[in-house]
Amino acid sequence: MNWAGLYTVLSGVNRHSTAIGRIWLSVIFIFRIMVLVVAAESVWGDEKSAFTCNTQQPGCNSVCYDHFFPISHIRLWALQLILVTTPALLVAMHVAYQQHQEKKLLVLTGHADAKHMEEVKKHKMRISGSLWWTYVCSVVFRLLFEAVFMYIFYMLYPGYQMMRLVKCEAYPCPNTVDCFISRPTEKTIFTVFMLVTSSICIVLNMAELVYLVVRACARRSQHNSNPSSGKSSFYGHKHSSEYKQNEINQLLTEQDGSLKDMLRRNSGLQEKGDRCSAC
Amino acid sequence: MDWGALRDYLGGVNKHSTSVGKVWLTVLFIFRIMILVVAAEKVWGDEQKDFVCNTLQPGCRNVCYDHFFPISHIRLWALQLIFVSTPALLVAMHVAYRRQEKNQQFGNGEKIDIEELEDEKVHIRGPLWWTYTSSIFFRLIFEAVFMYVFYYMYDGYQMPRLLKCNAWPCPNVVDCFVSRPTEKTTFTIFMLAVSGICMMLNLAELCYLVIKICMKEPRKTT
Repeated sequence: MNWAGLYTVLSGVNRHSTAIGRIWLSVIFIFRIMVLVVAAESVWGDEKSAFTCNTQQPGCNSVCYDHFFPISHIRLWALQLILVTTPALLVAMHVAYQQHQEKKLLVLTGHADAKHMEEVKKHKMRISGSLWWTYVCSVVFRLLFEAVFMYIFYMLYPGYQMMRLVKCEAYPCPNTVDCFISRPTEKTIFTVFMLVTSSICIVLNMAELVYLVVRACARRSQHNSNPSSGKSSFYGHKHSSEYKQNEINQLLTEQDGSLKDMLRRNSGLQEKGDRCSAC
Repeated sequence: MDWGALRDYLGGVNKHSTSVGKVWLTVLFIFRIMILVVAAEKVWGDEQKDFVCNTLQPGCRNVCYDHFFPISHIRLWALQLIFVSTPALLVAMHVAYRRQEKNQQFGNGEKIDIEELEDEKVHIRGPLWWTYTSSIFFRLIFEAVFMYVFYYMYDGYQMPRLLKCNAWPCPNVVDCFVSRPTEKTTFTIFMLAVSGICMMLNLAELCYLVIKICMKEPRKTT
């Protein structure tokens, strides 16, 4: 399991995300994970071996390195990226659960052929109902983790600049000893780069949150201003295939509107009025 | 997530590019990314370890290395390649959006063959033309900016053999020797030349797209 494994796990979520969510995922993978793997890891690769102190005292080097770098930037970024990408798995789990429910319903209503089952797997879930709440929670957690890690970085390494020289007087160093850090400028450049991309991701997450809330409010006001849509206009007909459609609609009342769409498409029937009354 | 993953990400874009765009993508992957990974990274691998200064003063070597190489060539090239390949994703997103719209048309009952939908090459016209042209424009800008950054940071493109350093804590002026300067100069010039070729390909593609759209316009009006 490495970054490529994480990429495989998360690329499935991509299908059910909003457009902003997809952009966020691309920024994470290309500008953060990829830069970390191909560039930043080699910059920090010799951080301990090239950390030199102006002393011959054995142990002083190790102790001073440990004192100034309790946890390396690289490890902190790796933890940050893992924690920030994992809330998307909540959404993946919820989508998998909904697909499982849809398959059960298809079996119940006698539509359990291979074509319908494939379509359940392939169609994009609409972000409404309980999935909306899961999605919003995952975005909130992402924001929280990003903010927490930026704060940890700031606390551990005051400011975001890497010093060239640190003065160390931890035992067993005799008196105060000058210690020199390897590649401080390159490290500062990459720290600032990762900070900027982290901020861009925070902005994208906030935009996504606002978009989701505004969309939900718009849907709700549309639903409130158009109450005659949905089932009530449907019950006048005596045709047997429409009675069958009634039955299916009743079963699907609590489900997401996407399954209704799918069945409607396949049976060629048109429902009058607005499509989704459960949104 | 490494260069292979980037290649998979961008491989899909290849289908919807012009022929010049396909040549550009091939040049990028074979003559730049591959050369970076199989050759250049090894040449620069021991750049700090073998950066030797004529002093026993602890810390002087670190400080002098940091002073003359604020960011290594390898990292700059890696960033350049990432930035230069990313505008192609704008095109990929636009194509995916168009496909989604077509899928919705299918959902509304219009008869469109699914296989045709997936294999069909999307024609570069309308808003997609603008997205494609913007992506080429951004590629050009990024290439130029990075070439300038290289020139500015390293005073030309040649790697010197000897550097004179007097940053604290070095006592007085100290001679520092760069490891493999000739090999580094060779690769720097090579990457510069390929970068120039990529810029020319991008310019050619831009001209091709503009001429194509201009030729279509008079045909429409006549």
